Amino acid sequence: MSIDRREFLKIAGASTLLGIGGMSASAILKKNLLEASQVMPDPRGLTAKRWGMVVDISKFKTEDDYRVCIEACHLVHNVPNIGTAKEEVKWIWKETYEHAFPGNEDPYLSPEIKHMPFLVLCNHCDNPPCVRVCPTKATFKRESDGIVMMDMHRCIGCRFCMAACPYGARSFNYRDPRPFIDAATENLEFPTRTRGVVEKCTFCYERLAKGLIPACVEASQESARKTGREPGLIFGDLEDPNSEVRKILDGRYSFRRKPELGTYPSVYYVLG
Amino acid sequence: MYDGWKIILGLIIFVGIATFPFVYDVGKASIPPPEPKLDTPEIQKMAVKRCVESKSFMAAEHMVMLNDWRDSVVRDGNRIYIANDGKEYVMSLQNTCMKCHSNKTKFCDECHNYMAVTPYCWDCHIAPKEKEEKT
Repeated sequence: MSIDRREFLKIAGASTLLGIGGMSASAILKKNLLEASQVMPDPRGLTAKRWGMVVDISKFKTEDDYRVCIEACHLVHNVPNIGTAKEEVKWIWKETYEHAFPGNEDPYLSPEIKHMPFLVLCNHCDNPPCVRVCPTKATFKRESDGIVMMDMHRCIGCRFCMAACPYGARSFNYRDPRPFIDAATENLEFPTRTRGVVEKCTFCYERLAKGLIPACVEASQESARKTGREPGLIFGDLEDPNSEVRKILDGRYSFRRKPELGTYPSVYYVLG
Repeated sequence: MYDGWKIILGLIIFVGIATFPFVYDVGKASIPPPEPKLDTPEIQKMAVKRCVESKSFMAAEHMVMLNDWRDSVVRDGNRIYIANDGKEYVMSLQNTCMKCHSNKTKFCDECHNYMAVTPYCWDCHIAPKEKEEKT
């Protein structure tokens, strides 16, 4: 039996058509279960256009006022206590005035302010430089509420973000953090990190999703209730004119860290 | 055929080497397939013992599903999964999956070791504390 060119092309064309048709038919018949499933946000969650925080530094009187906020955060998020300054992992910490606000160290600044520790954390900038440099988009700004997030699954540990962040808000895990987390106080509902990823404050996105305010703000409110004072940390929606943070910002002089860099931080400081 | 005996000898040696692993294994007890255990307290309590989706789907697709859950939660902020039967679940490996499957060594590791896969979930996500079995 011989086959001529014309005959061959006919058979080839017909079988191609059959193959394509058969493939799409089987794809339609075999429904993908995952595609049929649906997801939605948690209805308990708190939402905002742009989350922000006010740090009223005049409300921080004693060492304890700082400690409760830092401890609450670091316990909830399984932040390791490595013990050395070089490998330190921190989400919220105390900083001197000259380090927190460089360029503002006037020679005759009141010694009280000059030596007062400031509570600093990730500023959740509106124009975050860390996001711009991340090669894997592991750090990204959530469009819904402006939180600068970390996706630990994608972080490759290149530390570009650490170089880009003008506030030193990012910490690198130079080693496995697990041995440095106290097993007795470990939060079993939140993951730890692994060696080779960068971490930072996330404005407690996992608590916001459950309808809870950030751990540091909650701790600050609790300790304020105990001592009968006002809390030093206030959290709310910066774009809502009736929010708690906006009410404070409307009435008092506030300032942000390194505004000249154009990162538009969401963390505001007020003094007395 | 020139040098036919050489070719045939070569072929015999080749077939011998290629089939050696199979021939070697004949008659030996094979490694039994894994049997992930479902006897955790949480699962025993359930009236209808059903995972988020059907058993066959979970066995075949759980890794794809977990990746989808991860992206949905971290990147899109959607934390609730509506299963095929309409039930809602919070998408969380550590807090939803492992609440029922609190026996990681007898459930996850059983198959993963058999298949020689080492997922890195547990580098960060904290595995449930299991009591060490008395041997």
